[in-house]
Amino acid sequence: MVKQKWGDRLGTGFIWAIPLTITAIFLWIIGDVFWHGLGQINWQFLFTAPIDAGRSGGIAPILVSTAWILLICMGVSLPLGIGTAVLLVEFSDIKTGFGQLIRRSLDTLAGVPSIVFGLFGNALFVKVFGLGFSILSGGLTLACMVLPLLIRSTEEGLRAVPQSYRLGAASLGISQTKTLWHLILPAAMPGFVAGFVLGIGRAIAETAALIFTSGYVDRMPSSWLDSGRSLSIHIYDLAMNISNGNANAYGTATVLITLLLMINALTSWIGATWTNHHFKF
Amino acid sequence: MTTFHPKNTIHPTAIRTENLSLSYDQKIAFQDISLPIPAQKITAIVGPSGSGKSSFLTCLNRLTDLTQQCRVSGKVYLAGKNIFDPKIDVIALRRRVGMLFQQPNPFPFSIYKNLVFPLKEHGITDRSHVEYLIEESLTAVGLWDEVKDRLKSSALRLSGGQQQRLCLARTLVLKPEVILMDEPCSALDPISTGVIEDLIKDLGDRHTIVIVTHNLAQAKRISHQTALFWSQKNVGHLIEVAPTQDFFQHPVNPLTQAYVTGLKG
Amino acid sequence: MHLNPDLILLWLVRGLGTISAILVLLILLFLFKEAFPVLREVGIGAFFFDAVWQPTKGKFNLLPMILGTLWTTLGAMILATPLGILSAIFCQFYAPDFLAKLYRRLLELLAGIPSVVYGFWGLLVLVPMINRIQPPGASVLAGILILTLMILPTIALIADASFAKVPTSYLTGSQALGISQWGMVWGVAVPAAKSGLMTAGILATGRALGETMAVLMVCGNVVKTPTGLFDPVRTLTANIALEMAYALGDHRSALFVSGLMLMVVVIGLIAVAEWVVAEGKNYG
Ligand SMILES: Nc1ncnc2c1ncn2[C@@H]1O[C@H](COP(=O)(O)OP(=O)(O)OP(=O)(O)O)[C@@H](O)[C@H]1O
Ligand SMILES: [Mg+2]
Repeated sequence: MVKQKWGDRLGTGFIWAIPLTITAIFLWIIGDVFWHGLGQINWQFLFTAPIDAGRSGGIAPILVSTAWILLICMGVSLPLGIGTAVLLVEFSDIKTGFGQLIRRSLDTLAGVPSIVFGLFGNALFVKVFGLGFSILSGGLTLACMVLPLLIRSTEEGLRAVPQSYRLGAASLGISQTKTLWHLILPAAMPGFVAGFVLGIGRAIAETAALIFTSGYVDRMPSSWLDSGRSLSIHIYDLAMNISNGNANAYGTATVLITLLLMINALTSWIGATWTNHHFKF
Repeated sequence: MTTFHPKNTIHPTAIRTENLSLSYDQKIAFQDISLPIPAQKITAIVGPSGSGKSSFLTCLNRLTDLTQQCRVSGKVYLAGKNIFDPKIDVIALRRRVGMLFQQPNPFPFSIYKNLVFPLKEHGITDRSHVEYLIEESLTAVGLWDEVKDRLKSSALRLSGGQQQRLCLARTLVLKPEVILMDEPCSALDPISTGVIEDLIKDLGDRHTIVIVTHNLAQAKRISHQTALFWSQKNVGHLIEVAPTQDFFQHPVNPLTQAYVTGLKG
Repeated sequence: MHLNPDLILLWLVRGLGTISAILVLLILLFLFKEAFPVLREVGIGAFFFDAVWQPTKGKFNLLPMILGTLWTTLGAMILATPLGILSAIFCQFYAPDFLAKLYRRLLELLAGIPSVVYGFWGLLVLVPMINRIQPPGASVLAGILILTLMILPTIALIADASFAKVPTSYLTGSQALGISQWGMVWGVAVPAAKSGLMTAGILATGRALGETMAVLMVCGNVVKTPTGLFDPVRTLTANIALEMAYALGDHRSALFVSGLMLMVVVIGLIAVAEWVVAEGKNYG
């Protein structure tokens, strides 16, 4: 064993201190939210409408709006994402200019700030399409935002399917469409599910892209064209604009973080169960 | 530069390649291969690793279409038609020219569905006919008795040898004229190898078979014609093709002589 | 006519792929379309040289906000880059396997916490703490600290992945030479992972520049060029989020100009990141 020098020992100490600090801060944030928030949560909080701008009452319409926004977001981005991933992986378009172009623009899309997505959604969906501040506008904006994530994950799923399946099917004279539908897509299911879950996680955490696309209204939405307030906007509004809103903001944050932790657990579970290719038909 | 033996021409040919070349990106895998493949006989392709044997095989059913950056030039005639003609129906072609791979590659389905899947895709859906075909093909590969009670269980749970026979059955169920085999035994134990070898020999009476093998003894045992591929300056060439007996007993090309006596390769 | 289903599928996915591909162009197009009226009217110079930011009165000085974004981002990068890289070094070279795994999971969780929650925590915990040192509390410093927390996981995870790609032969080789752990990490692993580390920094910069909610909630949002760490500040993103709801005409247009600025900088950063990756491949 080489004798440790002073600098070495100091470095080691420093390197252990950083993760400890970060872990402590993480626990602080989560702990703070749960500590203040858990007490707020009961059936009434989850199933009644906000009263007095959210100072009291619950979050039922906000949960419903959030669910609708997520549904529209995933409903639009899934077909787009899967189609694009299939193009990139299954058709030899990757090395061509077109494939490169798609990849490049997706890389850029992944880096676009969420507030810019908000501006874009406001200009296109709210104004040009005339959808106004609505759940539909918000969902469509988020669909653009989660698309790169979804495509990346779907691509990985497709690439994990053994090439021998494709060769085997082709050598039996099975068309590419049928191969894809009956063989490749089912085998790539873990990738889709992972992408789906990641996408929902990203979308549910989003605030800035929604403020001026889905809007603020905290009533129960009666259609997709109604404005609807998401959980994250509710937290923001209670914390920043409503005096004495903190208690319910904590409650809402607890709900949001719990949902995210559940999504996270689901992702790891999918990763763990499906990596060994344990699919049956 | 290929050495042909005159006896070759007496058989009717099923497939004939003409100046066939293939390259990946910059790399030329093989060049100018003109090889007649006799109908309802077994042709063995031997040669050192990297000489383009597998690449050659994948030209014969246009599996090359699936590989990016793969360029083919020259012609492959099957029943008088060039299969690289853009008007050719590739699906129909691949139904006539089946293929067996080095690694058994059953689909992640049940045994039953592995066989039904290709049938259904080619429009054979009549239930009793399907069941007849399945029993027939599984019997042909000697698997029927082993699996008839568990047709619905996953094909992935079969042993390697069983999986390879299932893959052969899956090819046979479509009643192809030609079967391409790329080292079909090299991933198997000696017993399974023996079983598959016997099957191939059997099938050779009714099918045109092209088999790539590293096992010279196997080529000698089962094939009627043998072709030697060799990589020269990193490009594969067809060195010699002859009826198997002549190939091993009276090789003409010095490379072949060295190869069959185990001096080279 | 008999249509080949494979061909239909090909054109279908090409269509979907095209939509995905043109999204970025659409974003740029619409930002530009909305920004154009005011750009035509006052020119780009007004956004830097006007006296003040009073968009309803035709005064468009964005400089305080640009500087606000710059200072908070810069500060966060100065803190988060070393901490992130050291975190990755911890995972790769110091921690036992299970701890490294655990810490990675934690970083992933940290990356997944919504920015509004960071902002909320910052508003209720961090800002009062800073307020005790020097009022008002909502300040450049608060923004820097929150941003540091938010981009640290990005840096750490990308850096961790690029350390993992350093061939083990490099590392065992230097161990055989009797080089200390510390020397091995800094002399061998860090240079070998250089392009990955740079990518991590660039992508994190992009995230910090674009972050909205958290900085909006902890920075105080006063439109004034900050002179110290304890001064409140408003970033470009916070400005958009605050004013977009009621902005009309040139005001709205001016907000799109700031969005366009962000977008251009982010595209530039991504281009640089791609270049770094390509260089790394050539010489790595
Ligand atoms: N998909 C591919 N892309 C690029 N080069 C390839 C590809 N497939 C094969 N090659 C190259 O083409 C040459 C011929 O390969 P091929 O697999 O046909 O040889 P082989 O005779 O079958 O060898 P083996 O006996 O090892 O199976 C080799 O140099 C190989 O590296
Ligand atoms: Mg081969």
